[in-house]
Amino acid sequence: MDDIKTVAVAGAGTMGSGISIVAARAGFETYLFDTSEDTIARARKQIEGFFAKSVAKGKLTEEQVSEILSRMHGTSKMEDLASCDLVIEAVFEDLNVKHDLLGRLNDVCPEHTIFASNTSTLSISEIAGGSGRSDRVVGMHFCLPAQLMKLVEMSPGLNTAEETFKKAWAFCESLKQKPVRTQDTPGFILNYFLVPFNNDVIRLIESGVAEPADVDRAIKKGLGYPMGPCELLDLIGLDTQVRLCEAFYEVTKDPRAACPPLLKRMVAANRLGRKTGQGFYNYEQNAMFGG
Amino acid sequence: MEYQVIKAEGESRSFPDGSEFMSNASESSEIVVLIGSNAGDALGALSDQESKRAILVELGTECLALHTGESRGREGSNILGFARFRLGNDAPSDLVELVCQPNSSEEAIDSAIQLFKEAGLEVSVCRDFAGRIIDRLVRPYYNEALRRLDEGLATADDLDLTLKLGLGYPEGPIELLERSGLADHHDVTKPLFEVYGERAYAPARRAIVAKQRTQK
Ligand SMILES: NC(=O)c1ccc[n+]([C@@H]2O[C@H](COP(=O)([O-])OP(=O)(O)OC[C@H]3O[C@@H](n4cnc5c(N)ncnc54)[C@H](O)[C@@H]3O)[C@@H](O)[C@H]2O)c1
Repeated sequence: MDDIKTVAVAGAGTMGSGISIVAARAGFETYLFDTSEDTIARARKQIEGFFAKSVAKGKLTEEQVSEILSRMHGTSKMEDLASCDLVIEAVFEDLNVKHDLLGRLNDVCPEHTIFASNTSTLSISEIAGGSGRSDRVVGMHFCLPAQLMKLVEMSPGLNTAEETFKKAWAFCESLKQKPVRTQDTPGFILNYFLVPFNNDVIRLIESGVAEPADVDRAIKKGLGYPMGPCELLDLIGLDTQVRLCEAFYEVTKDPRAACPPLLKRMVAANRLGRKTGQGFYNYEQNAMFGG
Repeated sequence: MEYQVIKAEGESRSFPDGSEFMSNASESSEIVVLIGSNAGDALGALSDQESKRAILVELGTECLALHTGESRGREGSNILGFARFRLGNDAPSDLVELVCQPNSSEEAIDSAIQLFKEAGLEVSVCRDFAGRIIDRLVRPYYNEALRRLDEGLATADDLDLTLKLGLGYPEGPIELLERSGLADHHDVTKPLFEVYGERAYAPARRAIVAKQRTQK
């Protein structure tokens, strides 16, 4: 793409690191920005580990990887982002943090720079409201893990200029990603359907209709889904599901989005899923929860 | 494992005519499988019910209790319900939902699981509620997909593509409903709406229209 050559990813966490891999791999000069050099160093190590695996699998050569890595610049100095044509923010899911970041970036970056947000639950229009350039802000929601998943949900805020949206769309395609256009409504498409569906699953289990393993088997065998909903919830993390519920229910008041009591109890009992070794399944003993 | 099949009136959605499951059945057995769209009605004519290890009644959208009755939350016997999950006129899936009551016989449950497994199927055990597991979970999702299509959340193609790419679903909701039939979706979700009274089960506008068009 002609006008976008240099990009920045703000936030070197799970999503930001993945997105920076996608951008650098697609040939863009890529700055990965975070608040501390330590975080940057940790992210850089993980990114190098990812590319080492790409080489081992024969997807990339050593030469290609060193070329990609030479395009990646980690920094904790915001001034370094002054040459960027587009910044994707993937900082904490907190409106104040995003406003503060974009407000400061607005002073550093040139007029033409587009700000894209990877938010999962916040409104693009609301984020844009604190950016000082709401016509040049767009929603660009990557999926986890960003370095492997092709889908990007793109949504304009109320004030987003059509030209901004088009440029960001073309950029997304040049990343070799697959953008889909959606609206600035809670959860866009994916989470809008997934969060209440997962809550329904939890309520079904809570009301004693079936055990987690029976639900997972039914959904996988009956519908051909690659993962059962309880397996998926354990992977996402039950604490994350609580946060998604809270964010969506607050806006939509949809009863299906309300946090099921069982979910709250499981989080209170530190059964967060894979990350604590126990969720709907027990990962230490490979045994079932409940019964 | 030996089993006897009694074919009641009406085509079986789980084991359509000519299926191997029927040809592999014995003349008589202590496990009896009642199939057909009126399988539950044939239960009354079955003699010597208590002596059977298991009696498996094919269910439609109804609860097993319609055929067995219920008693203060203590119901349950050697009579179980079952259905192979099936979308519209698609071939039946390999998933059997096995319907139990609070005091169903463990021996009957174990026998049923073994029998269906030997027939190459997988079994999910569930309690006797409308929609069992899969319909109870997917019908709200299908209704919501149809509603959000009406509201312009995204094009039908983009809705489908997003769910396939994002979650690895083999098919998006709109293409799935077009293929398996919007009117059929209406017929499955409407009784669930009547039982649960939740808006999520109320047939979406597009499903109602499709149903009405079949009646024109
Ligand atoms: N994790 C997911 O599954 C997922 C999927 C899609 C979108 N998202 C969204 O992506 C964003 C990031 O999520 P994550 O899971 O990567 O979080 P994370 O906690 O792993 O990473 C966030 C990073 O942002 C950094 N950060 C915080 N404030 C900053 C600031 N002012 N300037 C620069 N860096 C700052 C933090 O140090 C941290 O490294 C959120 O908006 C989230 O909703 C997450």
